[in-house]
Amino acid sequence: MMTGFYKHPWALNVGLLGLILVAALLSAKFGQVDLSTAQVIDGMFGPGDTAQSIIVRELRLPRIILAIMAGASLGYTGAALQGLLRNPLADPGVIGVSATASLGAVIAIYMGLTAIAPLALPITAMLGALVATIILMVLASRDASVLTLILAGIGISSLATAAMSLVMNFTPNAITVQEMVMWMLGSLENRTFDDLMLAGPFIVLGWLLMIGVGQGLNALSLGEEAASTLGVDLKNLRWRVILGTAFSVGATVSICGAVGFVGLVVPHIVRAFVGFEPRRILLPSALCGAAVMVFADILTRLPVGHGQLRLGVVMAIIGAPVFLLIVFKTRESMR
Amino acid sequence: MSDPVNDGLSVKSLSVLLGGNDILRKVSFDLKPGEVVGLIGPNGAGKSTALKAILDIVQANQGIISIDGNNIKGLGPKERAKRLAYVPQGAPVHWPLTVERIVGLGRTPHLNPWQELGDADQQIIQDVMQVTDCWSMRDRIVTTLSGGERSRVLLARAMAVGAPYLLADEPTASLDPLHQLQVMEIMRKVAAAGVGVLIVMHDLSFALRYCDRLVLLTGGAVLASGTPDEVLTDANLEAAFEVKVSRWDEDGEQFLAPHRVKALS
Repeated sequence: MMTGFYKHPWALNVGLLGLILVAALLSAKFGQVDLSTAQVIDGMFGPGDTAQSIIVRELRLPRIILAIMAGASLGYTGAALQGLLRNPLADPGVIGVSATASLGAVIAIYMGLTAIAPLALPITAMLGALVATIILMVLASRDASVLTLILAGIGISSLATAAMSLVMNFTPNAITVQEMVMWMLGSLENRTFDDLMLAGPFIVLGWLLMIGVGQGLNALSLGEEAASTLGVDLKNLRWRVILGTAFSVGATVSICGAVGFVGLVVPHIVRAFVGFEPRRILLPSALCGAAVMVFADILTRLPVGHGQLRLGVVMAIIGAPVFLLIVFKTRESMR
Repeated sequence: MSDPVNDGLSVKSLSVLLGGNDILRKVSFDLKPGEVVGLIGPNGAGKSTALKAILDIVQANQGIISIDGNNIKGLGPKERAKRLAYVPQGAPVHWPLTVERIVGLGRTPHLNPWQELGDADQQIIQDVMQVTDCWSMRDRIVTTLSGGERSRVLLARAMAVGAPYLLADEPTASLDPLHQLQVMEIMRKVAAAGVGVLIVMHDLSFALRYCDRLVLLTGGAVLASGTPDEVLTDANLEAAFEVKVSRWDEDGEQFLAPHRVKALS
């Protein structure tokens, strides 16, 4: 499984950066109007009043940036949570913010807030994410164990999912329910710089919280007791990973819906190249998540779906088989 | 210059209360550089808790722990980590990492969050892996090792810290006789290099043969402490373990084994 990347992890990072650039260029080219590479470059850097510059800068650029930030958040937090929990099945969804953000979005749709202001939905979704974040903060500040935090996350998720079902239950017309379901399947369609300005700061705040957690996660490979005797401040580590995930993933889900599988699968893809050391998979997971997200977003524009193909669906359809493949390949070392 | 009065790990009046139960009651002992001290006693006597309280994994309710004259409370987590290395009981490894990476984790207290292992760290890692006979398996994945190999690797991991004191919680548990002996021999080598070694152990014969001093705990208090001959008396062993023992000499070494239950009631 291990390749030369094990000795030179930066080579993988450079390769993934290149992949993100290629994906971003493709994403800028394809859509309702297909542009040539020259038109994309001209639209990006040329005078700002042409049709192609509006398409590239105002329609496609925010979508690309959001895809990169969302994918990076999901990939990085997936890797960090798997390290924190020492469990390869952990996914950013386990702490419950994705579910409460979705609940916020469903309530916004139910109340018809989307018709009042375009940002009403992401704002309500972020308020939902904030509720879960505050509960987690209260628990984390009382020195709760990781297990307690995850059980709380599962409880929060279940409650939010039940509340979502309740809201749908009370929704009088089928079209609104369909709108809710389509939102939950995830999309980056028609996202603008306003969405980016709203979610971006929270996503970046989450990233900042999680900078430098790799060393502690590495030490946790030996269990919590051994890690603490190696000088790792476990409370601080838990706090940073859980809250960093809450901020970055909460904001991500608020903008693009509950896109599954990136956070779970991407760290496993990365491990195939750089091995299992928790610190080594963090940055490549962020980059790989970003690349995967931009590519998946391009696929949602394929004519097969008549523009209705959703991001979460594309991701799961591709992600699940890849995940199964990895499970088969790593079954020896995963005992 | 070392200060013979303050040198060593000193535990004074250590008391631990967990869930309303007295786990340790005013336990005092010390550990000098270069000696092997065995912490013995029946199950539930508080041996592991004593180690964990020294390491601040378990909160002590009372007592002063000092290292070379410095109160441990005044040391930050990293400074404490540099001075006290720990081999937990049945230590888990959660990811299939190579043996060398696992041993390298022992250098964590010496690195800032961004720092990679340097040449000096690599040298230490290689040295401790050679002492523990792990060097030949450095590229193997730790989850594929046998129990004996794994315990040597985790011992090497603790030694890689380069701490002046090493605390091991039943390092020979669930090992076959050969590997038990190997681990005890390594402990002696570590002590010979000037490290103070504190071992929680159950094997009374090993306690007699490999330890310079013993601390016998029962019910959370020190029943006896001193040289193995002073501590492992028939009276102490009957009081602590409720067993009678047999003793014999071979090759000029003393041996001791539990022989029968003191009294059937």
